[in-house]
Amino acid sequence: MAKFDTTGAIDCDVHPPSPRRADLLPYLDDYWKEIVTTREVDVLEMNSFPERTLPYMRPDWKVNGGDPLEAMQKNLLDPLKLDLAILNVVSGAHALFDPYLSAAICRATNDWLIDKWLNRDSRLRASMLVPFQNVEAAVEEIERLADDKRFVQILTLSATELPLGRRIYWPIYEAAEKHGLQLGIHAGSNYRNAPSHSGFHSFLIEDHLAHTQGFATQIASLISEGVFTKYPQLKAVAIESGVTWVPPLMWRMSKDWRGARIEVPWVKDAPADIIRRHVRMTTQPFDLPDDPAEVPKALDHLLSDEMLLFSSDYPHWNFEGLDVLPEGIPDATLAKLLRDNILAAYPRLGG
Amino acid sequence: MTSAQAEVKARPKREASRHVVARVDEIAEGKSKLVNVEGRAIAIFNVKGEYLAIANRCPHEGADLCRGSVVPLIESDTPGVVRLSRHGELVRCPWHGWEFDLRTGKSWCDPSRTRVKSYDVKVERGAALVEGPYQTEVYKISVEDEYLVLEL
Repeated sequence: MAKFDTTGAIDCDVHPPSPRRADLLPYLDDYWKEIVTTREVDVLEMNSFPERTLPYMRPDWKVNGGDPLEAMQKNLLDPLKLDLAILNVVSGAHALFDPYLSAAICRATNDWLIDKWLNRDSRLRASMLVPFQNVEAAVEEIERLADDKRFVQILTLSATELPLGRRIYWPIYEAAEKHGLQLGIHAGSNYRNAPSHSGFHSFLIEDHLAHTQGFATQIASLISEGVFTKYPQLKAVAIESGVTWVPPLMWRMSKDWRGARIEVPWVKDAPADIIRRHVRMTTQPFDLPDDPAEVPKALDHLLSDEMLLFSSDYPHWNFEGLDVLPEGIPDATLAKLLRDNILAAYPRLGG
Repeated sequence: MTSAQAEVKARPKREASRHVVARVDEIAEGKSKLVNVEGRAIAIFNVKGEYLAIANRCPHEGADLCRGSVVPLIESDTPGVVRLSRHGELVRCPWHGWEFDLRTGKSWCDPSRTRVKSYDVKVERGAALVEGPYQTEVYKISVEDEYLVLEL
């Protein structure tokens, strides 16, 4: 018996296994079939999150050669009685250097998502993969799939080649905003840059921590460069980011803005207000105080009950059984984050 | 209305006192002067011949606003495209750069909570001051000159 009633909830972060070459071949043209074969492009997992690393995965959710969709239905969608779930493929497509290969892999992955997942379970929605390495191709991909409302956002990483606010990416945001797609930022690095501001770490735990700075850097960049000024309908959804790093970012950036705003006068409101309007965070994993009684205090600092979006992060091992949310979240907050906040954040879920 | 509120409301207003604080030629255009009136440090700015006065102490960390740069208002609706207006009507705190509107004393970024008091300043001819109810401990009034009179 689950501790929380998730009936009708919308899960904002569910991972199908990353497609391998054999999965993508039917969706690649002859040239790219030749290239991925000759160049041995097969396992498209991220170095920053190798999904075959066992400790990340719930042992009782292992697919073992069966149909991963059936496993997802049995382990997640059915028992939690979810209304909808958003699939996020965090794959090597985000990290490939070849701008044309990355476009081909993104396209094939999106078509594979449609064919093998979205078309087989009406509860599924997905993030669209677009090649940030090739802005023109990213815009083309958005336009190609814009009519398929099951894609609710485009997906990128918390540590990228350039800060996400840079003008070079604006055509992607323009196309996304035009079609009501949001910007999903998932924990992960394509290692174009060292994962910390002081270079490379020695240990995994450091790498996990560095994503907090990665997310903060991306949010600060989107605000400072004026992306939310230019594209006011756009929201950034921080996925697998944790939550409690957000209030200190709000406090610090709002304070610094008072003295430094003349350089970025298009940042017209306190960054904390902009963050409350434009940034959302998924709920799993959740970095909260050990004592559930302290949880409401930690969340109060957001000064908003609209920012949290329910997620399970399936099939990663963040919780046991069906205890998909941590204890201590106030009922009123819970009532909003399971569904209402998500419908408000993603316009394409409503239509 | 409770009786306590009624009492507050009925409290007589403190009678304004007027102080001669400077000769007009002491503050050049775009510059400021710090004066002390009844124990209050007040910064008076010459904005294109108009004299604007605010409390001198920045509410953030206490810097002297009279030492801040006098700046225009910088605004933008589009990244990369800025517009300047109200030249010289804001002061930027010398320590952390917070901007204050010299006309209202309100900070630009947090006008409702972070603000300094603003004061009325008038230019009066010395001839008019000689007889009026002015406090002039510091100044020897000359009838030919013009003076700044601050209302407290």
